[in-house]
Amino acid sequence: MDSASPLAPWAQSPPTFRRDPGDAGEVVRLSGDWTIRTIGPIEADLVPFRRDLEAAAGAVTFDLGGLGRLDTAGALVLLHLFGDVAEARRTIVGVDAKQRILLDEVAGAEREPAAPQLGPGPVIRFLIELGRYGVGWWVEARAVLGLLGGVAAVLFKIMLHPSRLRFIPFVNQLQRTALDATPIITLMSFLIGCIIAQQGAFYFRRFGADLYVVDMVGVLTLREIAVILTAVMVAGRSGSAFTAELGSMKMREEIDALKVIGLDPVEILVVPRLVALMIALPILTFLSDLASILGAAIVCNVYADIPIETFLYRLHAAVEMRTFFVGVSKAPFMALIIALVACVQGLQVEGSAESLGRRTTMAVVKSIFMVVVVDGIFAMFYAAAGV
Amino acid sequence: MSACAEGIAENEVIIRCRGVTVGFGERLILDGLDLDVRRGEILGFVGGSGTGKSVLMRTILGLNPLRGGTVEVFGHDLGAVDTATRAGIERCWGVLFQHGALFSSLTVLQNIQVPMREHLHLTQGLMDDLARLKIAMVGLPPDAADKFPSELSGGMIKRASLARALALDPAIVFLDEPTSGLDPIGAGDFDDLIAKLRDTLGLTVFMVTHDLDSLRSVCDRIAVLGNRRVLVEGPLATMLTFDDPWVKAYFRGTRARGLAAPAAE
Repeated sequence: MDSASPLAPWAQSPPTFRRDPGDAGEVVRLSGDWTIRTIGPIEADLVPFRRDLEAAAGAVTFDLGGLGRLDTAGALVLLHLFGDVAEARRTIVGVDAKQRILLDEVAGAEREPAAPQLGPGPVIRFLIELGRYGVGWWVEARAVLGLLGGVAAVLFKIMLHPSRLRFIPFVNQLQRTALDATPIITLMSFLIGCIIAQQGAFYFRRFGADLYVVDMVGVLTLREIAVILTAVMVAGRSGSAFTAELGSMKMREEIDALKVIGLDPVEILVVPRLVALMIALPILTFLSDLASILGAAIVCNVYADIPIETFLYRLHAAVEMRTFFVGVSKAPFMALIIALVACVQGLQVEGSAESLGRRTTMAVVKSIFMVVVVDGIFAMFYAAAGV
Repeated sequence: MSACAEGIAENEVIIRCRGVTVGFGERLILDGLDLDVRRGEILGFVGGSGTGKSVLMRTILGLNPLRGGTVEVFGHDLGAVDTATRAGIERCWGVLFQHGALFSSLTVLQNIQVPMREHLHLTQGLMDDLARLKIAMVGLPPDAADKFPSELSGGMIKRASLARALALDPAIVFLDEPTSGLDPIGAGDFDDLIAKLRDTLGLTVFMVTHDLDSLRSVCDRIAVLGNRRVLVEGPLATMLTFDDPWVKAYFRGTRARGLAAPAAE
């Protein structure tokens, strides 16, 4: 039984087909290997051959005597070839028993392809897509509001029974959203502070107003830049993670398992993430404020020759506590919208891997968009309030 | 009578494992395992949970690294083959994974066409015909072709996955627990399907299974894995007389009551 010479069953000879005139009508001689590996190259040659064969009127004999290997794909092509000649006019010879079984099996299993359904025209299709898009927005707005309601209900319960807060998942989320994000957020803010200070110094110097760089950097970063950039970073970092986590749990029916056990997925999964993010984002915004002002101070010192003491003195005059609060007060609302959008997208994931990817992308895009919208609403509010 | 299988003598060994040793970290899963799979047979491979049945299958397929020993397929040592031979061998086997492993973002029809598209140059029309043929051969309804895996039931996923495994008309099919999660009727149908495909296509089947009915109705030989190697191999009758506590409990336990009588017929 041991060591037969190695085999190479994938090495095959190309199939051939030929028409010969014979005594009783034409003879089509088929030889070589007719398998899925060999029929690709001859498919094109077979088309005119089949057309001629179909046009022929006399009796045709198919001689399969020279046939080598045959598999289901080869059998399918042969059956198509036989089908070109009316049954009464054709004879098939030279088929061995195994090939007969295979041909019968394939013939039995083959079906007519279903008639392609006629779809609607381009205009109707456009309208359908548009309608679907609109309804999608509506469905999603309702889902976000529904989740917000669920979160509010859970938070109310937690207020009545503080022990219901899932403390360990909450701390775990806080570490992942706040502590783990600190290095990248501070580094990014530091660089942004440097860039704003450098650009400001470059242009203010022309007017001899170098010192106003400090006012600009202070107000701009504290009120707007720090909180917006941090929120965008967090949306990309934590929002996508929320969607992917909840989405893959949804795909594996883990969410359904929670429900069946009698646990509320909103309480177990959404609230710890949402509350953690609402605490994390103001902290990160504060760190971002510090880092960008540090960056600005260094650039002012090195590039614009403003000593650190002068910078601090000027900053103290330019910004008040209120400026800082205007910026940081937006953070929890942005965190809320990021977490809600991300969790809603995660819970809408369906069975496929593609759906998970699409939902994650949508979560990031929509939450960044919503961050800008929230910022705009706050700008109007503060303008109206005269802050 | 698959194309790959032709030219190999009946009963010739086409998978030969010698001294196969596989481990993860400190733990050895398989230690010096010997096993032969002969052409045209359905080999049932059984063993307790966690004994490494799937590990052996994955090792033969090259998904787990070998620590020692050799695996020969068609007489080629898989540890020493060149890439072209390896590619040739890979086109001659098909795998049904335990959970189907259908690509979730493709329809059933597209799933079946993936191996064809990747390895061959066929027209879309012929690929569609072939995929529909495979769908019919595994007993799926025609409208399953355009469904996504998430829209299929467990049994249909197994069938669709088998259709993908058969896409290139392989010589060897590896089945990892093909009937697990199916109802007894569905499992029986699946066994019949595998036996029919073996008879018509000349497949060699390596089946990891726990299903005693499959072992009785379709397997020609059974190999039992235990103590990191093959404890015993042979037909069902050998299993029923073999003296090992686990083998006894498995083949002569309460769940196996129906086994002895029909096998003795």
